[in-house]
Amino acid sequence: MRNTKLVSLEEAIRRSGLQDGMTISFHHHFRGGDKVVNMVVDKLADMGFKDLKLAASSLSDIHAPLIEHIKNGVITGISTSGLRGALADAISHGLMKEPVVFRSHGGRGSAIANGELKIDVAFLGASSSDELGNACGYSRSENAKSICGSLGYALPDARYARHVVVITDDLVDYPNMPMSIHAADVESVVVVDSVGDSSKIAAGAIRDSKNPRDILLAKQAAKVIINSGLFVDGFSIQTGTGGASLAAVKYIREEMINRGIKASFALGGITAHMVKLHEEGLIGKLIDVQSFDKVAAESIKNDPSHQEVSAVEYASGQHLGSATHALDIVILSALEVDTDFNVNVLVGSDGIIRGAIGGHQDTAADAALSIIVCPLLRGRIPCVVPKVTTLITPGSSVDVVVTEYGIAVNPGRPEIKQRLKAVGLNVVDIKSLADKATSIIGTPDPLPFGDKVVGVVMNRDGSVLDKIMNIQA
Amino acid sequence: MIKIGPGEGLEVELQSSVAAQFGRQIKAVITETLEGLGIKDAHVEAVDKGALDCTIRARVTAAAVRATGKDVWKD
Amino acid sequence: MMFVPGNNPGMMADAHIYGPDSIMLDLEDSVTMAEKDAARLLVHNALKTIDFGNTEMVVRINPLNTPYGKKDVEAVVKAGVDVIRMPKTETADEVRELEAEILKVETEIGRVGETQIMAAIESALGVVNAYAIAIASKRMMGIALGAEDYSANLKTNRTPGGAELLLAREQIVVAARAAGIACFDTVYSNLDDMETFKKEVELIKTLGFDGKSIINPRQIEVVNQVFTPSEKEITKARAVVAAIKEAQAKGSGVIAVNGKMVDRPVVIRAERTIALAIAAGVIDKEEML
Repeated sequence: MRNTKLVSLEEAIRRSGLQDGMTISFHHHFRGGDKVVNMVVDKLADMGFKDLKLAASSLSDIHAPLIEHIKNGVITGISTSGLRGALADAISHGLMKEPVVFRSHGGRGSAIANGELKIDVAFLGASSSDELGNACGYSRSENAKSICGSLGYALPDARYARHVVVITDDLVDYPNMPMSIHAADVESVVVVDSVGDSSKIAAGAIRDSKNPRDILLAKQAAKVIINSGLFVDGFSIQTGTGGASLAAVKYIREEMINRGIKASFALGGITAHMVKLHEEGLIGKLIDVQSFDKVAAESIKNDPSHQEVSAVEYASGQHLGSATHALDIVILSALEVDTDFNVNVLVGSDGIIRGAIGGHQDTAADAALSIIVCPLLRGRIPCVVPKVTTLITPGSSVDVVVTEYGIAVNPGRPEIKQRLKAVGLNVVDIKSLADKATSIIGTPDPLPFGDKVVGVVMNRDGSVLDKIMNIQA
Repeated sequence: MIKIGPGEGLEVELQSSVAAQFGRQIKAVITETLEGLGIKDAHVEAVDKGALDCTIRARVTAAAVRATGKDVWKD
Repeated sequence: MMFVPGNNPGMMADAHIYGPDSIMLDLEDSVTMAEKDAARLLVHNALKTIDFGNTEMVVRINPLNTPYGKKDVEAVVKAGVDVIRMPKTETADEVRELEAEILKVETEIGRVGETQIMAAIESALGVVNAYAIAIASKRMMGIALGAEDYSANLKTNRTPGGAELLLAREQIVVAARAAGIACFDTVYSNLDDMETFKKEVELIKTLGFDGKSIINPRQIEVVNQVFTPSEKEITKARAVVAAIKEAQAKGSGVIAVNGKMVDRPVVIRAERTIALAIAAGVIDKEEML
């Protein structure tokens, strides 16, 4: 091809003008099967780069090799939605000098769009790309090796980064149309053997939970939604992927069929459950920022009413037209909820970072009704507490908390409380839930935090919401 | 999982998934239970995965009964 | 009544949140011999500490003729159990033996008369002696069928239709009613076949059983659905109860609903419907006074 952008990874890095101290970025659509981050950072380390800032949309267990690179000074700054596994543990124990900056998906989108987070070089994995860089999270060729579906978290990077490198494991003929990442935004294209382990990227459809607690929570959550006053023809919904959230969709579906109600759209992380309802005609459109399983990924590829959305247009708090502003109902989970309805989804009750903000702050704030579904206890770990370990989502955004010991409604929503009580649901004071938890497990000792700030939690508007201190243990 | 062996005084080695939050409390429950059984000298190795106090009491008692051969119930 | 293995503290702590009417912590068949001592302590401590709310707490002990039975009685009576379920009951003497054992422990702790007994009938001899067992003790609150052991004892298999259990079921209901106590049906273990489970629950309700044993919270909803009277049934029952009140007020011995005379069986059935409806929380007790 005349104007091919095809180069080796090393050459792409050279052409990018990357220098020590600059910011590189990655998306996390390959989830637990991602190979791109480790591959690129290994190469950068080999090439002698130092003091790089890594702006990932999120990081997981698979990124543990970054610990070595941090120790060797290759990476000295990280911004992300979440951290897990050995990397999170090490950072919680003070591995890095600079605190990690945590943002929600919408928050990251806003920051990239308004220049607060300037990306020098974006390395974007794709399941297919042509030689000019039109890239997708799936491939239409017979040589397709990987699939992830929506590239929602890669799109702000593609648009705003100074230099964009697409990395693919399936080079296809030009034009790779329709595309997610447009060639006009792309500087280089690199072909590799594999961008990710397919079995871990998009597993088969997540099975229905048979756990009785999940089912109980799901039925309660469904009842809250059905009786909220928002369960009308044309409503919109977003759910997380926890067992209880997915099971709730099943019970909501039954009632939708009973009452002849259809949803106008489902938003966010799309799963096979949502695709099934859409294909049954129960959900009009699917607005997808992340396809969670193979079924969703194939659906976005083939179905025009299942569309990808960029993180900015999905959930930016600074863009009034972002989809979360049109959202009626969101079902979320939590590590901790406190008696002011504040939520923590990032830091464990042992003080170690072990989760991600994801779209929590965004959806809770913008949706008409935000419901947290969580068990009262996880073993000896309380989920309803007097005060959250770390503040991620302010209580003013949270309307209802559903536990197996009762449902708590934010005092700011008296009409919801009345409706739920009227149908005989077990509505209780949130303080009684926290007390119940304590009566079962005892009062935990204070955590051994140190004085080093290892993480900073950003609010959607770019201000600092909370700080995470190191753990000394 | 509780292993009780001979020791001087009551020593408890605890491995717990909730060590930071409840380690102190769990050790207290273990020593209280043993004292209640009249055991003043033992070395305890405990591996805990977030059990409630009542479960810990039961497991410590069971381990002590097996170790000493003296049951808490009448025959 | 939900069965929970006595060697599983996690399940014991959670059982009540699913709203079963009663919970049976098991020290018998679900616990291996090597773990009997540990399970006994787990159940004792769980009963003493965990807040089970209004749920009736039952423990299935090991038979008294095993090395475990007597210690089980001591452990659970001292922990304040509501009902002791005796497995494989065959004779009235066995009931009296258990009663004596319970009394011994209750006397020691100064709480005489608080523990009730439920007898599980799991053999041909047990079925033959069902009435004698049912009246053997004032503490006897109910008798139950244990189908696995029973069908093996009959030298036959369990079938989905339950033909092999017909006599046993009917005998147990009859014995319970004659003795004025409750009767419970056996467990259904296939959690993936809710259809057949529902049919079985409907059958045993028709036979007259007061309740069913279950092994998983997922089965609770089906049992409640089947046993909760329908709106139609409740409306009819209300009419009968109203007619009774009217007749009493008039000092008349004749109860009439819609101009038709209503006789005693109808009245009894109506009262039972109301009782079930109240138990299911569908109507308020105060309403009916």
